[in-house]
Amino acid sequence: MTTPLLLAQGLGKTYALKQGRTVTAVADVDLALTPGAALGLVGESGCGKSTLARLLLRLTPATAGRISFAGTDITRIPERALRPLRRRMQIIHQNPSAALDPRLTAGAAVAEPLIIQNLARGAALRARVAALLAEVGLTAEFLNRFPHELSGGQKQRVCIARALATEPELLVLDEPTSALDVSVQAQILEFLETLRATRGLAWVFISHNLAVVRLLCEEVAVMYLGRIVEQGPANTVLGAPLHPYTRALLASVPRLGQIAAAAPGEPPNPAVPPSGCAFHPRCPLAEPRCRTDAPALRIAATGHAVACHLVPGTKRAAL
Amino acid sequence: MRARLAVHLVRRSFGTMLGLALVAMIIALALLGPFIVPYPDDVLGAVNLTNKLQPPSAAHWFGTDEVGNDILTRVIIGARLSLLVGIAIPLAAALIGVPLGILAGTAGGGLREAIMRLTDLFLSVPGLVLAIALVAALGPGIGNAMIALILVWWPGYVRIAESKALAIREEPFIEAARAAGASQVRILWRHVLPNSLSPLIVKMSMDIGQAILAIASLGFLGLGAKPPTPEWGAMISIARGYLPDWWWYAICPGALIYASVLGFNLLGDGLRDILDPRSNRG
Repeated sequence: MTTPLLLAQGLGKTYALKQGRTVTAVADVDLALTPGAALGLVGESGCGKSTLARLLLRLTPATAGRISFAGTDITRIPERALRPLRRRMQIIHQNPSAALDPRLTAGAAVAEPLIIQNLARGAALRARVAALLAEVGLTAEFLNRFPHELSGGQKQRVCIARALATEPELLVLDEPTSALDVSVQAQILEFLETLRATRGLAWVFISHNLAVVRLLCEEVAVMYLGRIVEQGPANTVLGAPLHPYTRALLASVPRLGQIAAAAPGEPPNPAVPPSGCAFHPRCPLAEPRCRTDAPALRIAATGHAVACHLVPGTKRAAL
Repeated sequence: MRARLAVHLVRRSFGTMLGLALVAMIIALALLGPFIVPYPDDVLGAVNLTNKLQPPSAAHWFGTDEVGNDILTRVIIGARLSLLVGIAIPLAAALIGVPLGILAGTAGGGLREAIMRLTDLFLSVPGLVLAIALVAALGPGIGNAMIALILVWWPGYVRIAESKALAIREEPFIEAARAAGASQVRILWRHVLPNSLSPLIVKMSMDIGQAILAIASLGFLGLGAKPPTPEWGAMISIARGYLPDWWWYAICPGALIYASVLGFNLLGDGLRDILDPRSNRG
């Protein structure tokens, strides 16, 4: 196995609340991403997907575990030492309107990473910016447009151009299309897919659209209440899910002529997590031991990892 | 497109147009003053006792003062000092307050507490009272009056800059800049400051009028400009002794103080409609 581009081991994030209480947004996440790999991250709103994205790029410090990028442990290195690595990992936000500084033109926004990373200046900088905008399908007339003069899809294209400016090897996409119109979503997704193929990017694609993840990612991790509950090849996990939560997620996708079956109940409050398996209060198959013991991720017969007492399997080897 | 919207907003509003006209008048008086005044010799107080305390006439439109100087001349020249002070005080206050506020808003923790509690300390004392105390300690004079007013004025800017910085630092575009490797200084200078500017510019334009009023108040109390410097507040202070018989003496500088404060306030209000439409109007 080649050195993973991104490696997370036992990654966790706990926020301190008042009166000594804590909320664990992410816990015990193990991930390995080889160069060029595509990992989809799915789960309900509030399950910690976005927090995990920020942890992976060290935009927020982890409170447990380690992350390494291209063999360098970046869990705690100072921001100054991280700067050269920042060039190689970028993020695309959910809402392009908020992700662009309203005071910067599209050209200035795309130029910023190049200036910060000292990759181009003067005429070369202008040429690079124009080429990047052209790559995302925006003509030179957009250079001097402000975000408020752009449509949602155009703004997301500017964000993509900005993220590509430093030629990253890893892209984290935090629901990149959920703030866009349906017709624009398809365009952007198609564009992202070609982009990955041509640039050989590795990505972590966060979404709650299971069909999109299946299409764009070879591997999928399903998160529930800050933990990965099922992980493996997209076709296996989404085609033959083993964890009751993944099954419920799949059943909740509406299909023509069929009423969607949502998982019963509400996602639990992360400040007061349920005992044992976090999913047990909503699980149709829950047994007494689910209330007391938290299941670990184990390798099932299909070869992918599942955290469920009811799925027989062997302990997963540590990354 | 934006500029045209701004022009439209200004022209639609009578208040903004009036403010613009009054401010333009004050600026014109300040710039052209020495060239248009009828009696240039009276600017620094020529003594001409035979002409003292004359009522308004064709020769002296607003009459003469107690030493025979043309009141119109002195009031027009007074616009220079008032405008200069009115602009310098908010500007200097903003230069102190804005960096502190942005620092407090982005740094958080103990530094923020320290800056904000110091700000509260200053804000808890009525501004003019504190200024009077400071001038009393520093000694009267226009320079000390300005220093005192700047010291009174900066906390307001800390408050606004801090609240803006607090909101902006959570924006995804700040995170995007961090993801690109931007340093803290770059984020503050390039993203937080430009996005905090609108309410600060609005406050500064409103404060120009307040500063003109404050410096006139100190002049009136004898703590600001000293006669024979043609300063509106100091002129009213002397004119007070000649009320009500020589009423035009006090009316003339008073009207100019009124016009300039009103003008800058209306203009600030109009600027707010253009630059900062979402802020709640107090």
